[in-house]
Amino acid sequence: MSTPSGPPRTERTRLAVSGARAATENVLRQSSRGDKAFNGLFLAVLLLGLAVALAAIAAILIWSFIEGAPRLSWGLITNGPSTLHPEEAGYRTAILGSLLVIGGVIVLIVPLGVGAALYLEEYADQRRWWNRLIELNIQNLAGVPSIVFGILGVAFIVRGPLSMGFVAAAGSLTVAMLVLPTVILASREALRAVPASIREGSLALGATPWQTTRRQVLPAAVSGILTGVILAVARAIGEAAPLLLVGALTFSTRDPEFFEGGYTVLPVAIFNFAGRPQPEFRELAAAGVIVMLGFVLVMNSFAIYLRNRFEQRW
Amino acid sequence: MTAPDVAVSSTQAGMITRSRLAAARPRYGEMVIKAFLFGCAALSVGVTFAIVLSLLFGTLDFFREVPVGDFLFGTEWAPSFANAQFGVLPIVVGSLSVVFWAMVVAIPVGLLSAIYLAEYAPPLIRRVVKPTLEILQGIPTVAIGLFALAFLRPLAEDVFPFASWSGPFSIGVAGVAVGLLIVPLVASVSDDAMRAVPASLREGAYALGASKLKVSTRVVFPAAISGIVAAFVLAVSRAIGETMVVLLAAGARPQLTLDPTKSVQVMTAYIGQTATGDISTGSVDYYTIFAVGSLLFVMTFAMNMVAVRFVRRFREVYE
Amino acid sequence: MRSSLRFLRVGALVAALVLVAAACGDDDDNGGGDGGGGGSSTIRIDGSSTVAPLSEAAAELFQEENSSVTVDVATSGTGGGFEKFCNGETDISDASRQIADDEIAACEANGITFEEVTVANDALSVLVNPENPVDCLTVEQLTAIWAPDSTLSNWSEIPGLEVDFDEPLDLYGPGTDSGTFDYFTDAINGEEGAQRTDYNNIGEDDNQGITGITGSTGGMFYVGFSYFVENEGAAKALQIDGGEGCVEPSIETVQDGSYQPLGRGLFIYPSGQALESQNVLDFVTFYIENQATITEAAGYIPLTDEQEAEALTKVESLTG
Repeated sequence: MSTPSGPPRTERTRLAVSGARAATENVLRQSSRGDKAFNGLFLAVLLLGLAVALAAIAAILIWSFIEGAPRLSWGLITNGPSTLHPEEAGYRTAILGSLLVIGGVIVLIVPLGVGAALYLEEYADQRRWWNRLIELNIQNLAGVPSIVFGILGVAFIVRGPLSMGFVAAAGSLTVAMLVLPTVILASREALRAVPASIREGSLALGATPWQTTRRQVLPAAVSGILTGVILAVARAIGEAAPLLLVGALTFSTRDPEFFEGGYTVLPVAIFNFAGRPQPEFRELAAAGVIVMLGFVLVMNSFAIYLRNRFEQRW
Repeated sequence: MTAPDVAVSSTQAGMITRSRLAAARPRYGEMVIKAFLFGCAALSVGVTFAIVLSLLFGTLDFFREVPVGDFLFGTEWAPSFANAQFGVLPIVVGSLSVVFWAMVVAIPVGLLSAIYLAEYAPPLIRRVVKPTLEILQGIPTVAIGLFALAFLRPLAEDVFPFASWSGPFSIGVAGVAVGLLIVPLVASVSDDAMRAVPASLREGAYALGASKLKVSTRVVFPAAISGIVAAFVLAVSRAIGETMVVLLAAGARPQLTLDPTKSVQVMTAYIGQTATGDISTGSVDYYTIFAVGSLLFVMTFAMNMVAVRFVRRFREVYE
Repeated sequence: MRSSLRFLRVGALVAALVLVAAACGDDDDNGGGDGGGGGSSTIRIDGSSTVAPLSEAAAELFQEENSSVTVDVATSGTGGGFEKFCNGETDISDASRQIADDEIAACEANGITFEEVTVANDALSVLVNPENPVDCLTVEQLTAIWAPDSTLSNWSEIPGLEVDFDEPLDLYGPGTDSGTFDYFTDAINGEEGAQRTDYNNIGEDDNQGITGITGSTGGMFYVGFSYFVENEGAAKALQIDGGEGCVEPSIETVQDGSYQPLGRGLFIYPSGQALESQNVLDFVTFYIENQATITEAAGYIPLTDEQEAEALTKVESLTG
């Protein structure tokens, strides 16, 4: 083979190496004291950003507490609603309804969401148009406003092909469709973060794709998937508008069931009370917010405990 | 051996190897699993299809009575008034204003918090702060709306007394409240994306003498850009689709203005109000729900197409 | 790691089982689920959020004496309520306006018979800031302020105002999807939906209108009576002159018909099919006969004796 003309190989290599080093060092090395100060400033800016978020949380919590604290009592959780005696009213039926709806949502979104994410990340051939269509669909669904899912729910779940009627299961299904894209997108990111070497090693040892997924990829991605589920459930608990359309009640004194009969959920109940003129109802609404926060805190804590246990760093 | 001989025998060797490594019998279990997972993913297409169907007839009914041009380009939105006007621009601009103000708050606060949590925070702080941020997401939107009205709005007037405040509603305040709601979404997903960047990249940069600042901004951040953009897209989608906060804090006056102190109506709040209001379900104003819903759907679709293309271009893959 | 995952999986299975158990659990008390039908022990009401407080109070009182019956109340809005009602999905529809023609047609198409039963009176009150010196406005003045082409922007511009009041007009009103809006515009401007568009639309929460006028000296807000009663110190109700002199909104003036034209009725629409059930019939009768207690609890104005008798007759004619 003939060599191209120019400086001998060793010389060229040396030049290349020193060029690369200079370029990298230029980007990465601290060159002056100014840089150190800038570092400190950057940290300050980061903390400022975090502080704003934490301050907002504190403000909302404190404000809700001030508004609703006078009304706090165990009766809030154990009593049913009452229009005639707002001092004795409680959110029992609403809490049970929320639990049922959220339970249904979780049971639906975990298998469906993780399943869809798995398909898109592990099995789908990106060159096929139908897989790209599915991806686009999911991204789009994430942005559809909740009320449109209410319209969908009335047309297809409550009436139409599924004809479930105005029951908690229909509400669950509607809200599940609403938050499913969140779970799918977050799960995909979690799955993407698992290095390809893990998968390839497993396949090289003779495992089937599903065995690889089940025993290597999924356990590694559990933390990110749980983040998605937490975010989705937090959103689902607070949804009022689509459930109103799908037939959630604002007033029911009977404990709800999943497949039969009427139900109500916490945000709908709170919204109902917030708009009444009597000040006792507005106090009740603020107290309801605190109940809801307590509810969310308990659920979140459990999920976060699970996530911390399974966290992975590569 | 000559070259062609080598080629033939290596192909034969390849074929033999491949046939030895191929599964002894077709893996039906694998096929079933793949089919099930495909079903999960294809469900999203089914849902979209169902949404389009449920919006379609109402939209057609609407356009039978109102010309498309009037709807898309008109500047006055007054559908339930006697002299009805159906120009959708005021509420579109309203929605975009909310998104703008929400992003002004959510992106800096969310991203900065995420960088701190991923790169700087000691593990104990991270374990406490990250769940605390997620609490913000769990606060009922009703509460955030009422909070915006009762607390943020007077605060805004104190901080910006020179602006032309009037009345208890303001689109800027509502936008900021929505932004606060979205911060945990941006922070959590960005944080997960940044933590997924392999340690080898970071360690390599540190070994070369880079400062933490440089590592965070020049190495980790670009590496995680795919996840971060995904977080942004989720955030914008959430902002444009938020109903309750805006319903409570922005009022319902459709006017074409960019002034953040004014009360403005947005598309989602309009649909929410009208769908649970007292109008008859056969009238033109009822069909506006479907028309506005369709427009919202089309807008988010276009936005997401652009974002997906962007993400695909910049995504980095390791190993 | 693997054992923890197993724990997760088992946990999920348990959760699913619990859900199924709860669902199949106490099926026995409520046989028919929702919707009408003879002998069903659940009565389903849906409709206007203005009338809902009345129905909720009625439901609670009724259930105190009839614990085997459950009365559920939802608020999809008057229009949404009628849609479900004419589909046969609800037993009673709450309405803050009368049923519209296309809704009547939908009910007829599905064979649903109904009657319009007035269950309470309401006074649309025009509220202003307590420091506002104006005491009384005529209907003509109100029309001048609220008409679609009105450009009045200051109280001093109102024709024929009896006092000097130089303050910018700050108008607050309900959403255009609200029955209150329809009624006010019809009564004052002669046509439903005819109103100037540059007013503060308070959206879903009427309490915001109160907040608005307490903070604004030149504020004006029209709203249902219960909001005035609950905020008597914070807002002042104007007397309205409908041609017979200035009349203030009160229980008496609405009942004797002198508070014109802003006195209105609030309705429920029970269906003939639902009234075939003894429970529903008992409930509706109870609702009318106890309207004094119910309207007081909800903050509305009770029916007169004639109105009560008329309501009972209408119910009988439907069951007849």
